Amino acid sequence: MAVVFDRPQSLVDVPTHFCPGCGHGIVHRLVCEVLDEMNLTGDAIGVAPVGCSVMSYNYFGCDMIQAPHGRAPAVATGAKRVNPDKIVFTYQGDGDLAAIGTAETVHVGTRGENIVIIFINNTTYGMTGGQMAPTTLPGQITQTTPFGRNTETAGHPIRICEMMATLSGVALAQRVAIDSVPHIRETKKAIRKAFENQVAKRGLSIVEVLSTCPTNWGLSPDKAMNFVREQMIPYYPLGVYKDKAAEEEAAK
Amino acid sequence: MTTEIILAGFGGQGILFTGKILAYCGLMAGKELSWLPSYGPEMRGGTANCSVCISDEPIGSPLVTTPDILIAMNGPSYNKFIDAVKPGGLVLVDNSVVDEVCTRDDVTFIAMPATDIASDSGMNGSANMILMGRMLAETGLFDMDTVKKAMEKCIPPKRANLIEVNMKAVEMGAASKE
Amino acid sequence: MKGNEALAEAAIRCGCKCFFGYPITPQTELSAYMAKRMEKAGGVFLQAESEVAAINMVLGAASTGVRAMTSSSSPGVSLKAEGISYMAGSDLPAVIINVQRGGPGLGSIQPAQSDYFQATKAVGHGDFHVMVYAPCSVQEMVDAVTLAFDKADEYRVPVMILADGLLGQMMEPVTFPEPKTELPDKSSWAACGHKNERPHNIVNSLFLDAPLLEAKVKERFERYKLIEENETDAELYMCDDAELVVTAYGAAARVAKSAVTKARAEGIKVGLFRPKTLWPFPVKELNEAAKNAKKILDVEMSMGQMIYDVKLAVECRIPVEFFGRTGGVIPTPAEVYDEIKKLTGGAQ
Repeated sequence: MAVVFDRPQSLVDVPTHFCPGCGHGIVHRLVCEVLDEMNLTGDAIGVAPVGCSVMSYNYFGCDMIQAPHGRAPAVATGAKRVNPDKIVFTYQGDGDLAAIGTAETVHVGTRGENIVIIFINNTTYGMTGGQMAPTTLPGQITQTTPFGRNTETAGHPIRICEMMATLSGVALAQRVAIDSVPHIRETKKAIRKAFENQVAKRGLSIVEVLSTCPTNWGLSPDKAMNFVREQMIPYYPLGVYKDKAAEEEAAK
Repeated sequence: MTTEIILAGFGGQGILFTGKILAYCGLMAGKELSWLPSYGPEMRGGTANCSVCISDEPIGSPLVTTPDILIAMNGPSYNKFIDAVKPGGLVLVDNSVVDEVCTRDDVTFIAMPATDIASDSGMNGSANMILMGRMLAETGLFDMDTVKKAMEKCIPPKRANLIEVNMKAVEMGAASKE
Repeated sequence: MKGNEALAEAAIRCGCKCFFGYPITPQTELSAYMAKRMEKAGGVFLQAESEVAAINMVLGAASTGVRAMTSSSSPGVSLKAEGISYMAGSDLPAVIINVQRGGPGLGSIQPAQSDYFQATKAVGHGDFHVMVYAPCSVQEMVDAVTLAFDKADEYRVPVMILADGLLGQMMEPVTFPEPKTELPDKSSWAACGHKNERPHNIVNSLFLDAPLLEAKVKERFERYKLIEENETDAELYMCDDAELVVTAYGAAARVAKSAVTKARAEGIKVGLFRPKTLWPFPVKELNEAAKNAKKILDVEMSMGQMIYDVKLAVECRIPVEFFGRTGGVIPTPAEVYDEIKKLTGGAQ
């Protein structure tokens, strides 16, 4: 019988520790499909963050480095600068990238480091049990915003793609989601574009993926997808915020 | 034997450079040496100073606290270091800038208007070299050949024209000792 | 050549492929030298956005198997602490330079030795050590860098060079070793792309299974034991018949040496013990130096930090007195000489 669906070669054949309905599994798979299709796995160095996706070093089949909390972009910078021909990517959550690692994130953008950042935005700190993240929506209830996020005291959610798009060294800033099959397809295309940018040495590519955390949101997996669609996308509009390759193409 | 030198003045008078030349003289002459600058905000307009040790033996502390030789190019540095000079030591001041008069009778005190001499001879900014020349004439620490070699080491080739100007100033300073 | 520049040149000659730094007095010349020379030498220089980023760039580069270095001064080293701990936990070799200044807080920019505790006891969280070299001249800075890179690779540990503003800023004659052409092969563990020829390498410090982490740490401590047995180093100066042994490292040891020489000339039986490695501390060597000592005088540019290792080394059998200046004040040979006189009662 013909095989029509299989595990990507780059995805290590081990059970993951992710909760049922968690979006990480989908995005891991998409990254690995792209690495396979572009034949990059043997040259790839991935950087795992601190947070739920820390153990991605066990799941991605390429060589992996585990970074201190928020420092994945700096670690990736070090790895890439001394190995300019390797493919270096980070895989980070919202607490890691948009709170403790904001400086590192902004500066890989300003420097135009030729790396890929896969940024998972699920509006919460999953690993530590669901505290407020920099991306937690106004009014959203978390362990540390038990009465809902009050923007007067807890500040406003940060829109990373919009901010990164302002930086000259950024080649791609795109926000996607995994709440539906068309969106998942779009996500894969964005990830592929990011890695293509690195191969073409265009600078920093960041793909922000709106993802789910059913466990900490207290929702079933399908209701979690609804939350992405109904609550997150209105605040975090999907789309391409910067695409140097497309701009160059259009200018031709 | 160890000779301990303090050079002090305003930032921009070439204090650290003069010290560097003396240190390189030590290197050229096959001596042990150390050069230690003051650093930080002092370098910007305040007083700059440096410690130079020239010795036949390995040098212990590179920080000079009781100098054999003091070259002071402004009042504050003169006042700061004059009491630290060893009895029998040598003190040179640029009295175009320093108004203070010597209060000690156990040191050799030489005041010369180095800044004025330099500008009268069309060599603005060479007061440091004039004072160094005079110091070398007084002490016989290094000969002119050694000084020239040191300058060739310290001054980058693209600014080689400065070697001649500096040497002229050093010689002028040396000649001021009758 | 200035001490800071010598550190940089020595690193390049050791095959250091990358330097990541952030400006801070009094070590800035090191970064400036690297900026000028590193690219020409075929390496990478990058000024990071923070000390935190710089150490993590070192972590990233070292993970791929290249020789990497960063440098800073006291407040900056505090910021690097996290990265150093992660590197120790990931068994990553790298060289970290601390050109110490006065503290705590922003402190001063003048030379000090007040980071001894940090370097030797607690440069970050967790159960680990870094090797610490304490040079006392520009030449020794060069020698220490060479050793540091070799030992870091040999034992797979981060190595720190604990200098200070005086050593960094001063200029002395120096001879450099020939550039290294052959470097150790790290492909068995480095994350540098597996070319689909081997299972993936993971550079990692996370072990959620407690017994597994314990085993990892214990294995590392086996290596520490070897380091303690084989890598201690010290200079013993006129210690043979010394009834008073002065203990000091780095710049303070130079000051102390001047004082000891002067006291010896007057017939006082005094010697100097100068550790060249601070972790591991040269315990055997100190006991050898102090075999005839009735007293020890510990001299530091701090309020007394190494003194605890001195006391431990002699197991408090010999009384240990202390003289120190701190905050960036450098003790003078005269001050140390006075202390020596006070403790010995002058010549016998």
